Amino acid sequence: MTSLYNEVAADPGADVPTRRVSISVNGEKRTVDVEPRLLLAHLLRQGLGLTGTHTGCDTTNCGACTVLFDGRPIKSCTMLAVQADGHEVETVEGLASASELHPIQEGFKECHGLQCGYCTPGMMMATKALLEKNPDPTEDEVRWALSGNLCRCTGYQNIVKSVLWAAEKMRGDEGEEA
Amino acid sequence: MSVDEIKIGGMGASRRRVEDNRFIRGKGKYVDDVVLPGMLHMEILRADVAHARIKSIDTSAAWEVPGVRLVLTGETMAARNLAWMPTLSYDTQAVLATDKVRFQGQEVAAVIADDPYIAKDACAKIVVEYESLPVIVNPDQAAAPGAALIRDDKENQPTNKIFDWEIGDKAGTDRAFEEADVISTIDLHYPRSHPSPLEPCGSIADYDRATGKLTVYMTTQAPHIIRAAVAMVAELPEHQIRIISPDLGGGFGNKVPVYPGYVISILASILTERPVKWIEDKTGNLISTGFGRDVYLQGQMALRKDGKILGMRMHTISDHGAFFSDAQPTKFKIGLMHSTFACYDVPAAHLTSTGYYTNKAPGGVAYRCSFRVTEAMFFQERMMHAAANDLGMDQAEFRRVNLVKDDMFPYRTAFGFLTDSGQYDKCMQVGMEAIGYATFKEEQEEARKRGRLLGIGISTMTEPLGAGNSREYDILGIKMFDSAELRVHMSGKAILRTGAKTQGQGHETTWAQIVAHELGIPADDIVVEEGDTDTAPFGMGTYASRSTPVAGAAVAMAARKVRAKARKIAAHLLEVSEEDIEWELGRFYVRGNHDRGVTIQDCALAAYSNMPDGMEPGLENVSYYDPPNLTWPFAAYFCKVEVDPATGVWDVLNFVAVDDCGVRINPMIVEGQVMGGLTEAYAMANMQYITFDEAGNCIGSNYMDYLLPTAWETPGFELHEVVTPCPHHPIGAKGVGECATVAGPAAFVNAVMNAIEHTGVRNIDMPLQPNRVFEALQTGQDVSGMPPVRVE
Repeated sequence: MTSLYNEVAADPGADVPTRRVSISVNGEKRTVDVEPRLLLAHLLRQGLGLTGTHTGCDTTNCGACTVLFDGRPIKSCTMLAVQADGHEVETVEGLASASELHPIQEGFKECHGLQCGYCTPGMMMATKALLEKNPDPTEDEVRWALSGNLCRCTGYQNIVKSVLWAAEKMRGDEGEEA
Repeated sequence: MSVDEIKIGGMGASRRRVEDNRFIRGKGKYVDDVVLPGMLHMEILRADVAHARIKSIDTSAAWEVPGVRLVLTGETMAARNLAWMPTLSYDTQAVLATDKVRFQGQEVAAVIADDPYIAKDACAKIVVEYESLPVIVNPDQAAAPGAALIRDDKENQPTNKIFDWEIGDKAGTDRAFEEADVISTIDLHYPRSHPSPLEPCGSIADYDRATGKLTVYMTTQAPHIIRAAVAMVAELPEHQIRIISPDLGGGFGNKVPVYPGYVISILASILTERPVKWIEDKTGNLISTGFGRDVYLQGQMALRKDGKILGMRMHTISDHGAFFSDAQPTKFKIGLMHSTFACYDVPAAHLTSTGYYTNKAPGGVAYRCSFRVTEAMFFQERMMHAAANDLGMDQAEFRRVNLVKDDMFPYRTAFGFLTDSGQYDKCMQVGMEAIGYATFKEEQEEARKRGRLLGIGISTMTEPLGAGNSREYDILGIKMFDSAELRVHMSGKAILRTGAKTQGQGHETTWAQIVAHELGIPADDIVVEEGDTDTAPFGMGTYASRSTPVAGAAVAMAARKVRAKARKIAAHLLEVSEEDIEWELGRFYVRGNHDRGVTIQDCALAAYSNMPDGMEPGLENVSYYDPPNLTWPFAAYFCKVEVDPATGVWDVLNFVAVDDCGVRINPMIVEGQVMGGLTEAYAMANMQYITFDEAGNCIGSNYMDYLLPTAWETPGFELHEVVTPCPHHPIGAKGVGECATVAGPAAFVNAVMNAIEHTGVRNIDMPLQPNRVFEALQTGQDVSGMPPVRVE
């Protein structure tokens, strides 16, 4: 199912060690053979075809590659795929259900929280981690929680609005269910 | 019975963005997301020294790495006449170095392999032997007698000077200075900055030997210019070149030039006959691609005691790096620097400019800026600030005395631009009211008594957006017009294509709104496509805030021509003569009988099923628009800061932005552009700059050294609008994307200076990092960013 990693191993001249890892990605168990040095971000993007996770800086600064790792936001460009063995990873592709957007996605669209869209998946995943821990954050708490994610287009003001919009919607949804 | 314009997502609607539907699902399609069958991966080896002769390059170990398909050096490129390529400023740039390297990060070799990890491994095995040469990192060193010659590859280039250039009225300006009561001077450095879109540059070249067709997916803001450039460089026929610019993760001017990586990937695909993907890493992006700024700005202003400006002089010394690759209109060597002071009534002005080569990456791209306008307006507003202080006049009052008045339009500036509209004083009033200007001085005095340092900074400007008119503006001889193609299908739905290329500005949303405004077709019924040279009409691309002024105008004109044809169809359907047809949004009706009418959708169907005798079937138009003039938006920004005397840290207490960009197509998107621009302005004023040590090492080659603001430090912005329609634009719009980046920095700097200038400090060069502000406070002296090289 992957090409990159199998192809390296298949090259007659190559003797590349690989390791088998099993990762739950967006709730689905994926088992792949990977080079130990393969970054999680690259496994997600090139191996599993989940290109919603972007890589921006290679140095853990920009946060475009943010995914949830057992529910915590991590930068997948700085984690090896083998470190994710046996863990749960959630990417932007797991946010929406087949029929419905997640309130965070709605919030970003509603409040013009994105322009070029490159930082957006990472921003939304960091938001999800925040709102799961703190369903009613202040503006400062939102700004702090997203301070590991860079955006070059929006100036953040509308991103903060988007998060607060989503938080309110999620609290309302839960209220309705109760 | 006309349709409700806001309901159909027409002009003035804060329509939610269409493109968001894919971005929020992670379904954007950026270059790195494109995977082609059999695709190989390319990595570039870059020079780790800034100026050195190449003695030898040994690639043998790289070839040995399993999975390596091709290794390219300058020699291989030269054998195909591809070692050098033309720049957008009539210079040449090395694709892969042959003779010597001229800046740290320059492209030296490339490896093409089965996957990017192998390509990186193999790159590390290439051995390059260098012979060091003296390194030049600023214009002072470049101009020094006996300085090492950087461009010894060029004929008739005996020194490191690239150009001397001047514009304006020297004699008239000299006279103004003779008559002056007060002469104010200023000496500034606008440091190097990198646009740094989050997505780096990249390309996938796919050459098909069977058809001769070259398809290149590329991170470019100007796909058609690239097609022309590739045709020129690679000597391929233009009809066999297809450039596809898919979703772009930001551009800000960084994705206008042609980069060596693009050219190498093309040759690699031709040689391997497989698609070759090159994706630059962040360091590669920061150390080798288009920088902005890096200009020394010296000015003098002649003033009358009552505050009237009599004249101004300006001299710029610009550092262009190793290759003169500014992307700018041919006629002007230092971009539109001479747009400085365009919003003020200045009787006489004179500008001289000198440009130099240095051992730094090629710079001078318009970083969110209409060709050096950012530098021009920063100079202007720092000059205004200094002059008001020298006169002992209030900052706002001094500006209001000299701003061009509403009844003076059209106004010919001292440098020859024709500004055509604006309500400058009204913008000032709105801003002053919002920031509480009237009571600020008292507040500042009170705070000072308690040891607190408050300051207010003003920055106002009009800038020339939307190059061009083709009489004056061209790039490499190609006139700067733009285009739109509108096809209305039989069901009244439509597809629109333009020669522009969105990078986050929301063209897919706003272009449809212009068509909705002109035709009454709901915006949701119109799909917008850009970035594919095989399908889009020729255009010059998106930069310099030119999309709405030029391509946006073309959209309106295409829609109007479609409407004109639809009117003839309506007359046929309603069985009256065309002269008896009236239009209301979305509908034609018979004059005097409002109920008898047909919708635009009825006309669309008839264009395919029931056209009048002799009429060409179909309902579509391609429009090329050559604007009669630039558009002239105005901005008045007011920033209030508090400086902590113990640390030099400054906080923005309030920022009021008043923007007049004419008619707003989508107010939500306009505000998004302003907030984004203000954040980049804040970044440049506060932290974001790239410098070099004496050895030419780039300080700022990654996001740990190159500081970009996060949500935590970025202040909030209070936005206001004034609307003065552009008199010549079909829908009255002006450019806006860059206004805030252009006018913003001076507002922050002026505010900090206002807070501390009672200590005698006149200037701190950007970025106003806490250590610089602290040093100024401690010493009472200016802090310069000029040579000797300053490395924080």
